[in-house]
Amino acid sequence: MNDILFDVGYGHFLVLSAVLFLIGVAGVLIRRNALIMLMSVELMLNAGNIALLAFSRMWADEAALSAHTFALIVIGVAAAEASVGLAIVVAVFRGRRTIDVDKLTTLRH
Amino acid sequence: MDPQSLTFLGLPALLWIPLLPLIGAAFNLILGRYFSKATVGTVAVAAVFGACVLAGILVFWGLFQHPNDAPQALWQTGGYTQTAWNWLEVGSFKAPLALHLDSLSAVMILIITFVGTWIHIYSTGYMAHDPGFARYFGYLNLFTGAMLILVLAANLPVMFIGWEGVGLCSFLLIGFWYENDAYAYAGRKAFVVNRIGDFAFLLGMFLLFWAVKSLDFADLDNLAAHGATYHDTTWGPHGSQVWEHEHLTAAAGILLFIGACGKSAQLPLFVWLPDAMAGPTPVSALIHAATMVTAGVYMVCRLSFMYVTSTTAMVVIATVGLLTALVAAFIAFAQTDLKKVLAYSTVSQLGFMFVAAGVGAFPAAIFHLGTHAFFKACLFLGAGSVMHGMEHGGSKTPGDITTMGGLRKHLPITRITFLISCLAITGIFPFSGFFSKDEILGSDWTAHPPGWPDWYGKLLWGGLLIAALGTALYMWRLYFLVFGGNERSEEAKHAHESPASMTSALAILAFFATVIGFIGLPHLRMLEHAPGAVHALWTWLAPSVASSWYVAPGQTMPIASEGADSTTLALMVGALSVGVLGILAAWGLYGRGPSKTVDRLVDGPLHDAYVASKNKLWFDEVYDVIVVRPFKLLARGLFEIVDRFIIDTVAVNGAAFVVGLFGRLARWFQNGQVQRYLVGVIVGAAAVFLVTDCHHHPSFDITRTGDSISLRAETGAGVAGSGAKLHWHLDGSTDCSVDKDKPGDPAELTVRAGDTGANVTLCVEDPVEKKTLVVTRRVPDAPEPTAPAVSGGNEVKP
Repeated sequence: MNDILFDVGYGHFLVLSAVLFLIGVAGVLIRRNALIMLMSVELMLNAGNIALLAFSRMWADEAALSAHTFALIVIGVAAAEASVGLAIVVAVFRGRRTIDVDKLTTLRH
Repeated sequence: MDPQSLTFLGLPALLWIPLLPLIGAAFNLILGRYFSKATVGTVAVAAVFGACVLAGILVFWGLFQHPNDAPQALWQTGGYTQTAWNWLEVGSFKAPLALHLDSLSAVMILIITFVGTWIHIYSTGYMAHDPGFARYFGYLNLFTGAMLILVLAANLPVMFIGWEGVGLCSFLLIGFWYENDAYAYAGRKAFVVNRIGDFAFLLGMFLLFWAVKSLDFADLDNLAAHGATYHDTTWGPHGSQVWEHEHLTAAAGILLFIGACGKSAQLPLFVWLPDAMAGPTPVSALIHAATMVTAGVYMVCRLSFMYVTSTTAMVVIATVGLLTALVAAFIAFAQTDLKKVLAYSTVSQLGFMFVAAGVGAFPAAIFHLGTHAFFKACLFLGAGSVMHGMEHGGSKTPGDITTMGGLRKHLPITRITFLISCLAITGIFPFSGFFSKDEILGSDWTAHPPGWPDWYGKLLWGGLLIAALGTALYMWRLYFLVFGGNERSEEAKHAHESPASMTSALAILAFFATVIGFIGLPHLRMLEHAPGAVHALWTWLAPSVASSWYVAPGQTMPIASEGADSTTLALMVGALSVGVLGILAAWGLYGRGPSKTVDRLVDGPLHDAYVASKNKLWFDEVYDVIVVRPFKLLARGLFEIVDRFIIDTVAVNGAAFVVGLFGRLARWFQNGQVQRYLVGVIVGAAAVFLVTDCHHHPSFDITRTGDSISLRAETGAGVAGSGAKLHWHLDGSTDCSVDKDKPGDPAELTVRAGDTGANVTLCVEDPVEKKTLVVTRRVPDAPEPTAPAVSGGNEVKP
């Protein structure tokens, strides 16, 4: 009991990261709503960030911030991706009145 | 200048003889369809005619030279060989593509190209309305080329090329009108029956090569003359001469003769030839009468030097020849198809030739071969002309002689030439058949090969005389039924003569059928002082065919033995009277169409014989039961078990089923949705991580150099490995709990040998899983001190 609540080690962070990532994967694979899928992608990216920070903490001295740098870049990329993705979703919704990816089949064949 | 140095486009002139028709064939088969019939016909005729002219130049070269010059004629020089290139060379086996022109092959190329030219010309008229004109002439040229290769070959493998080539062309031309099932079947039958003979031919070749290590005719001949010795004791004692014991030559000779039986339609392989009449009539004339079917006779004469060493093989040849001559003559009586009668007549005449070859009278066999080529080609072309006329008269069965009669009025030229050829084949003086057939009968009468009973020659003579009587009967029955009496059908009344391209060939061939016999006048002492040209053919062939039996090493016996003039003359008169008798009998029975006597005989005393003859002695039926049906059964079984089950069901459908199974599996992933594909990506990535050894077990290296021991830890890749805390226990103690609070040791460590125990232990503290792993390894022993040199130590020990 004591261990779980207070003795938090790297493993906990890694497990949290893996769980978040899998939730993101499941969201992308299962949901058909483009908006939810984008959110799931965000989740996966942030799961990656948590893992990066855990590793950074694990064996670098705390002054070295290389993994933090990576995490910042990922946040930047995620923001860009989200804005472009949301713009596309909004554009699609305007045109098709739906954002269900299974119904966006105009380019098939 | 000699003929050997004669070249054209860099190739020796001799090579151009078969090459010209082959070029013609290539042109007609590949390009012929784009050209007019006139062009195709001209090319085909020109190719063969060119070969004919070239053959004439090479054969008669030096014949008219000044007597003081060095002899150049073929019968003086013994011929020459020209090699195109080395075709096969495997170990001691050599088969150069070499052609050999000597007086024997000279006779053959003249016959083939000359008769061939006229049959080509005839064909331009006969086939004028056939849509397969170019194909027909392509095949015909190809045949001529292959036949020329066959007779000009300087060794057995090259001869076999020609042998197979003519067989192929025969097959193609018999089945020329392949839309007709019966014709296609006849072609296939010819091919299959020939294959049986060819197989024996190959075996004979292998046997000869195995025994004497060469298949070159010149080498084989030399062996016969000079003697080669056995290295194997199967066929004779070790070191004895190859030709000394006749086992080998008898076996090889008989195997090769079985090949000849297939090609030359002898018992029991003659069944394909009558069916071969399905082909166009000029083909029957050229291939199935004048040239190809005589290939077997030619082969026996070509290898005469071998056959004279084996009288066993010769007995077989002569006996098969005689039986064939009699059986075919018997079957020919009751046939009602014009070409079938001629086909059986050909089989019968080939039997005559083989009897001649079998008693050692090779020139007589070649003589009859030559005369037969002319008169039988003429007969077949005449038959073609008759059928052509009947077709124009509206007949649906133009070959049926029961619907003919009286055609002498409608086809006068055909009738005259047919009459001349009938006289020739019957052996009436002075037509060519008289001389050649008489020569064969005379040779039989005087035949005395070593080891034969004396009466055997007389038996052959008697048998052939009966066959000759049969020849006269069925040929003149045919003649009278076709041309004599009155028309027995409307179609016959409207028949008309063929175009000039056809009748001119008939006239030329008939002319030669008349006069060609004079190249071989009978061997009479009263002609002894006549000019040399009297026995022209004998003098001409002398250097090419064997003239003496081989009895023992160095001991021979002449083949030819001339009887007294009175005997020879008596034999001639006998043969002639048999011919006349046959004609008179045929006239009596068929002179004015089928007489009542014929019906009476057929219904009465001769009924059984008539039925037997009509049914061709049931040869086809017997073959059907003992060969065709068992093979069909076997084929059926193979088809059902091997093809249907093993190949179709197990191999093909089985493979398809397995692939289909995986395909169905793969289809689930390929549904077009990105998410489904992503599942694949993620499952794949997970699989990669699973397979990759993430839990790399820690270990360490321990190496010893003299007294120093170096330790190097390998803590494994990944998070656990890199962050691990290490502790070395040099005394080998495995209790890691004592290190709990100590700082870690370095990964690499070098210690002296004395500082360690027997083992060294490494404790690895995993920072992630908080586990301690223990690895223990033994310290290697000090290397053995290098022993002083001990080489040979054991040997010098006292």
